[in-house]
Amino acid sequence: MKRADSVITWYGELTTRQQLLKRGALLLTPGMFWLMLFLVLPGLVLVVVSVVTRGAYGQLEWTFTLENYKRLAGYTLFGWTPDYLMILWRSVVVAFFTTLVSVILSYPLCFFIAGRPERSRYMWLTLVIIPFWTNMVIRAYAWFLILSPELPFARLAAMFGFIPDGAPLYPNAFAVYLGMVSMFLPFVTLPLYASVERLDWALVEAAQDLYASRFRTFTQAILPQTMPGLSVGVILTFVPAMGMFVVPDLLGGAKYMLVGNLIQQQFGTSRDWPFGAAISMGLMVLTMIGLQIYRRKGKEIEVI
Amino acid sequence: MRRQHPLIVAISYLTMAFLYMPLAGVAIFSVNAARRGMVWKGFTFKWYLKLFENDWILEAAWNTLLLAVISTVVATILGTILAIAMDRFPWRSRTSNFLDTILHIPVIIPDIILAASLVVAFGLLRLASSVFEPGLLNMIIGHITFQIAFVALVVRSRLVAIGREVEEAARDLFATNWYLLRKVMLPLLMPGIIAGAMLAFTLSLDDFVISFFTAGPESQTLPLFIFAAVRRGVTPQIHALSTLIMLVTVVLVVLTERFTRHR
Repeated sequence: MKRADSVITWYGELTTRQQLLKRGALLLTPGMFWLMLFLVLPGLVLVVVSVVTRGAYGQLEWTFTLENYKRLAGYTLFGWTPDYLMILWRSVVVAFFTTLVSVILSYPLCFFIAGRPERSRYMWLTLVIIPFWTNMVIRAYAWFLILSPELPFARLAAMFGFIPDGAPLYPNAFAVYLGMVSMFLPFVTLPLYASVERLDWALVEAAQDLYASRFRTFTQAILPQTMPGLSVGVILTFVPAMGMFVVPDLLGGAKYMLVGNLIQQQFGTSRDWPFGAAISMGLMVLTMIGLQIYRRKGKEIEVI
Repeated sequence: MRRQHPLIVAISYLTMAFLYMPLAGVAIFSVNAARRGMVWKGFTFKWYLKLFENDWILEAAWNTLLLAVISTVVATILGTILAIAMDRFPWRSRTSNFLDTILHIPVIIPDIILAASLVVAFGLLRLASSVFEPGLLNMIIGHITFQIAFVALVVRSRLVAIGREVEEAARDLFATNWYLLRKVMLPLLMPGIIAGAMLAFTLSLDDFVISFFTAGPESQTLPLFIFAAVRRGVTPQIHALSTLIMLVTVVLVVLTERFTRHR
């Protein structure tokens, strides 16, 4: 008798493997069909489109070429320029430092919240969750408002001569970082808090009893214990930060473009889908490399 | 309770101030009587009243809600079925790894890539049928696509938590497939399904990128409207609208907290 036809008990049901799989496939179909049709297939189409040619009116012409990737690498009719590579590199740097600053600010905040008495702890936690769920367009433009020329921050910067008198504190790198960090900070804080709350303080005390320095106590007793939460936080921040385009669009302007803006431009005003697709592939590769490096450093990662 | 270093307390307060200062700024200027500029000209509620006379804003609000409700309902149904299918059948490990990878794609790729691939795919589908013109339908499809993954992941973790004993007991008592699903599985799964649906709903309300790429001229949503307005130059009405949205967010968050904590 074939193994597939032998009778098994599965969740208390007397049945055969084959019968179960038939029923399972039936249940799998609607959801997987949807994901295949609107997630996997479009992804493959994007790969194909990245190697075709843009027609004179923005339509697709099915002549295959690597021109789009060459252009992304900086080769133009007039020689080599690092413009696009600079934008890609800048996106990596911005995403990296956004994640780093968010982590650095999240640790004290998590310990602070975990140390509150039970009742106010939920209040503080809710206060972190609210910005997490507030629409990012609103949060980005709130910075736009706060940095406007009439308000103290821009005045102060003008007083020290960083910006001309009466100018807003945007668009520049500083504004992009402010916006990015405030946007992603809760993405690190919330998962990290879940780990900090469960922290075994006995290990920390043991480290202190053995005269470990503050730094060693952190790296040897706290960091390993909070790694699961930290990993989720880092991924939740780094990946969307790489593709972010609302914040750089509102606060960075043309001078501080990130790869998200570049992609948006190709699908918007420039109407150059093949080039946009090629940049998306570039972003995809960079994100995967980032995750790989992190995975190697951080060993085990659980997403969600 | 452990004593906390004053530096930790200070940094925490500063961080919270950093998070809330911009939002507070928007709220304050939403009740400022000055039509333009950042000078305080006295308290007023008129910008809020004007919101309800603005047809564009009302339509955008309606579209936002319609988009969120339809996509959440579809994604919750599809996601729940998918979770059950993935967790409760003896798939070979290669199959289940493959399914798992597909499910995680929307979670771990930047949403702008999903948006770009949808633009291209809809562009090609348009050659076949004009329903795929940029607009509400495309936005709904886009939202469902990323929501399914989140719903399925939440429901699946609930399935794992339930374990198999209750189901086995029901089978031992001769429950049919249909009876088992309706009277045993669904009631036990309900908290997970509701949590997944709430997550999907909030993700839809929060989404900007997918909507921005797939929207047509007739299908403005509130985030798109605000984004366009900011680029034209902000008005006190936009502050009022944003403040209202923030208040709705606060209410939703507090309600969700209450709901999940009492479970």
